[in-house]
Formats: sequence, structure tokens, C-alpha cells
Amino acid sequence: MAINKFTTLRSRCVPLPVENVDTDQIISARFLKATTREGFGENLFRDWRYNKQNQPIKEFVLNNPAYSGKILVGGKNFGSGSSREHAAWALYDYGFKVVVSNFFADIFKNNALNNGLLPVQVSSGFLIKLFKAIDTDPETEVEIDLGKQRIAILSTGEAEEFDINPYKKECLINGYDDIDYLLSIRDKVEAFEATREHE
Amino acid sequence: MGKTLFDKIWDSHIVTQIEGGPCVVYIDKHLVHEVTSPQAFAGLDRRGIKVFRPEHTIATPDHNVPTVNQHLPIQDQLSRMQVNKLAENTKNYGIKHYGLNHPYQGIVHVIGPELGLTQPGMTIVCGDSHTSTHGAFGSVAFGIGTSEVEMVLATQCIMQLRPKCMRITIDGDLKKGVVAKDIILYIISKISASGGTGYFVEYAGSAIRNLSMEGRMTVCNMSIEMGARGGLIAPDEVTFAYLKGREYAPKGKDWDKKLAYWKTLYSDKDAEFDRELTYNASDIEPMITYGTNPGMGVAITGRIPDIDSVDESARASFSKSIKYMGFEAGSPMIGKEVNYVFVGSCTNGRIEDLRAFAGFVKGKKRAKHVVAWIVPGSRQVEKQAKEEGIDKILAEAGFELRQPGCSACLAMNDDKVPEGLYAVSTTNRNFEGRQGPGSRTLLASPLTAAATALTGKVTDPREFL
Repeated sequence: MAINKFTTLRSRCVPLPVENVDTDQIISARFLKATTREGFGENLFRDWRYNKQNQPIKEFVLNNPAYSGKILVGGKNFGSGSSREHAAWALYDYGFKVVVSNFFADIFKNNALNNGLLPVQVSSGFLIKLFKAIDTDPETEVEIDLGKQRIAILSTGEAEEFDINPYKKECLINGYDDIDYLLSIRDKVEAFEATREHE
Repeated sequence: MGKTLFDKIWDSHIVTQIEGGPCVVYIDKHLVHEVTSPQAFAGLDRRGIKVFRPEHTIATPDHNVPTVNQHLPIQDQLSRMQVNKLAENTKNYGIKHYGLNHPYQGIVHVIGPELGLTQPGMTIVCGDSHTSTHGAFGSVAFGIGTSEVEMVLATQCIMQLRPKCMRITIDGDLKKGVVAKDIILYIISKISASGGTGYFVEYAGSAIRNLSMEGRMTVCNMSIEMGARGGLIAPDEVTFAYLKGREYAPKGKDWDKKLAYWKTLYSDKDAEFDRELTYNASDIEPMITYGTNPGMGVAITGRIPDIDSVDESARASFSKSIKYMGFEAGSPMIGKEVNYVFVGSCTNGRIEDLRAFAGFVKGKKRAKHVVAWIVPGSRQVEKQAKEEGIDKILAEAGFELRQPGCSACLAMNDDKVPEGLYAVSTTNRNFEGRQGPGSRTLLASPLTAAATALTGKVTDPREFL
């Protein structure tokens, strides 16, 4: 088993300058009844995207033809709330490969990494510049180089390095899967169990 | 240097650590429900592997279950399929499953403690962010994603970066009418919905010590609502007394041995925390939220902040939130019209919560226009409530005790608050649409929920005390 590899990406961006985007907004609980990982993209941001009559809400960015791309740019505390991995699946299924924010919720970040969706955490200053660049020109392209841990706004030349755990970086670049790794060390797990006093 | 309680438990569960990378953490107890597990079991199917330690996993359906007519097949086809899938998966993989109508069925975070599955010093995970509830027993408990559920099923381990440690101390006596829910809503209102991100939180101080186990569970439950990985409280005599005699609690000599170990579970005097916060219990009033994240809370006698008082960078999100709620910035909370009252969930669906609500409404009448759902957290809670006559007290006051499940906390079943209407809810999240598309949620304690159910508008419970 493997996750999809990620090395570099050059794409336009979809701006969502809202703070505390919780996973209930990303994928509402009423769509969590599926038993597979596919198809959640259809209902991504459902209640911000469509009205009660299932008509697209024009003002919402995913319905605005000016914006497109594989990079979602969100506000502070992106992915807060419920641990549902369906949120990462929905973003990926919709076509996003990267989410940029100045602050991610913990569980969401882990879930994204486990699914080949790269969370790029930038400084607040860089995030403001990025929103501004996209606002000025919706066709602004951004380049993300995971190897160099660098994000660059191509139109302005502004760039910043970002942090990622070196192990997680290796996993993404090579498409490694944590479960494969854990399965490979089951003898260590058994040895650990044998040493435990309290079980 | 001494160790924190978190360090003691975490360190004793590390199988190995990847250099510069995550720890491989051994998991003692794994709780499973129907929503976040099917894709994990499907992963095992694809890999052709078995569950590594099936005896360490316990499953129950809770998110999707109806709260009436549980003896009948579930009407909603997708919900029924998901609940049936859990029964099928657990049977195929040899996992203990408390299905619908089993006397132990209920919300995972309610049944774990009441069955004595949750014990001090354990690592406990579940594909549900409110797994932090179990930290009330001095365990390291936190929510995980479905990929991690698969990891636990396959290897009894997960891979996690070590979080930082924060201690929140609350000393002093709580005022009349102020309960555990108000403590945690107060803390989150102070540090925001993201203020705990990256941390594991230990709650300490006399106000925490003086809480019952159920109150402590309410506090730990909402740790995730400030972004924290989990929360925990050092076990003490209250913890041990709660555990003794429960179904899965150790017995006889085993109890003595475990007890000796549990008594070593506290933060050493010279332990250092990455962050320390201190609050006075006497500053806490009954709390209520006005916005669309749990950090947007105020004292019930307070007002929604004025836009000028909000940090400039957060103003757009604040305004969006207030608009969604249909409120005016600067307006008072008391007296706002409420249409629904929901008492239940892993935050406040235990027997003490039902007792508190029933004790409050006894001999009074529900406001006619208020729809109220009183949902026990488990079959055992439901049974006990009936044995204590709580169902009758509720019925006389115009309320109905329903059947257990997560219910309107996240509205995956039929219990949905209609668009545009207001619910005072004892749950944990006031996100947009959380209790049904377009629903507007005000989080509060069971006492505030009771006072509000009687008047039909946001009411300070102290008016009745």
C-alpha cells in the first residue's frame, strides 16, 4: 500500500480567508455515512457551496470561475474540530493537493499527511501577502517544492521556507505508508509487550 | 528534573522512536464506532491481515443511532448500513461489539468509563476527537483519524510526534450554579479555539480536585475545543472509588497491584511544563456561547463583544459568525429567544447531568414553544435514570427521556434542529450547521439548559436557585 507521492507542485490558488474553518464545514456529518474513502469531494464545503435548493451560491469561492487550482489557501486554525479523516479525503477528492494556512489544527494536519495532502504552514505575514497576490491577480501561480521546503509566489517572487517533520517529508516524497512501516516492526511491538509490567 | 503526568504515561508506551520523527506509541485501549472505522477495516481486508490484538479493541454504534424505537430496524438506509457494517466487521475480526439494544451500548466515551475499560495510566485512542474525555482518569487519551484506526487494528500502535505539555490550574470554590461545563467553557473563552494546539493539557487545582469523575470527564472532553490533543487529570481517591467494582476494572490482588501503580501517576513537584495558566474558580460565572466556535463564549449575564474589541485580523470571521447566528454585536445574552434544548452527548449525557436537569425542572413546566430532547449517553445511564424515577420527573415537567446515542450533538440521526432556529445545547460544538443544516447552537451547562427550557429564552440558572 502506498500514499500518492508529492514532490513539487505549481498551481493557481483558491483563497478562503476565513479563520477556524472546522471539519464540519469541510464535510458535514450528514455525509459521513459512506463506508469507502471516495466521492467526498462532491460534498466538500456543501453548505457554503450550495443553498437549500442545491443551487450553487455564487459568492462562495469554489463557485467563482475566476479561481481554480490545486492549492487551497485558508485562514488561521484550519481543520479544527472533529477528527474525521473524511475532511482530508474530501479536499483531496475535490482536487486539492496542498492546503496553505498560518496555523493548522493537529488532527487535521496528521490526517492530511496520511493521505498525501500537504499542509503548508506559513507565517502570518506571508499568508497576508499570498491572499493579496491572489486578490490582485486570481491567476497568480504558486510553486511548492517539498524537497526544498519552499513556497514561492511566482508573480511577486516572494518566497518562504516551511517546516515539515523530516520523517513525514520522506513518506510524502516516496509515497511511504505508516502502516507498512508499523507492520515491518511488529517484532519490536511484541518485544515491547513482553517487557510491560502493568498489563 | 521531575516528570509530568503526561510524560510518565507517554514514555512508558514508546515502542521506538524514529530519529527526528514520530514516536511509535503502544495503545492499551482502542474504542471503535461505526463512522470512522469502515475504511480502516476495508484497509485490513485489502492488505489481507488480521487485527493484531483484538482483545484491546471494543466497539459500539453511537453516532448514527436513532433515539426512539431502537428495537426496530434503523429507518435511514445509509445509517442502517453503517451500523450493520460495524457488526459485520467486528464479528469477522473477533472484536467485542456492544450492538444496538445491548445493555452496554452507548456513546463510546460514556461506556468506556462506566464499564471500567478506561483506567489510569493507559493510552486510549478512538477515531473521535472527544476521546480526550478518558483523560479524566489520568490516562493519555486522544482522537485519531481513520488511517490511524487502521494502524491500531494492524499493529496496536500509532505514530505521533510528542506534544508539548500545558498545565491549567484552577483554584478556589465555584460559585453557586457554576458547574464543570462552565469551567471548560470559561477556559476556552480565555485561550480561544486554537490556544491549546500542539499541547496536551493537565488540569489541576482545588476546583478540579473537587469535581466528581463525571465533572472531570466534562472538562477533559472539551480539551479538543481549544485545539489541544487531549486533557488529563491525575487520578486520586475519587478516581479509584469510581472504578472499583466496575465490569472491566481489576479485581482482588490485581486491583491492589494496579492501585499501587495508579498512585504513582501525578506530575512531580519539580516537573516543568511548556506553558502554565492559572485561573480563579470564583471568577467563573455560568457560561454560554454566542458564536460558531467554542471559544466564542461569555458569562451568561454578559454581552456579545463589540466589533471594536475584536482583534483586527479576526473581525471578518467574527462578523461572519455573528451574522450566521442572527445576533447583534454588543447585545446581551440573557433573554434571547430559544426554540430547542438538547441535553446529552459525551460532554453532558451522564447520570449526574440528567439528575441535575431533572432536579432543576422538578415540579415546573417546560415552556410550551420549546422542543426538548433529553438523551442519555448510554443504555446503562438510561436504565439508572429510570430506576431513579428521572423519566417520571421529566414527564411531569413536559420532557421525554429518549434512547441513548450521540443524537443532536452532530445530527447524523433524525434529531436535527431546523434551519435558523436556536438550540441551547449541553454538547461540545457550536459550529455552523452542527445540529442540522442552518441550526444555531448555544453551548451551556445542563443547569442553564434546564432554566432555558422552562422559560424559552436564555436564562441564568441562578434565578431559580
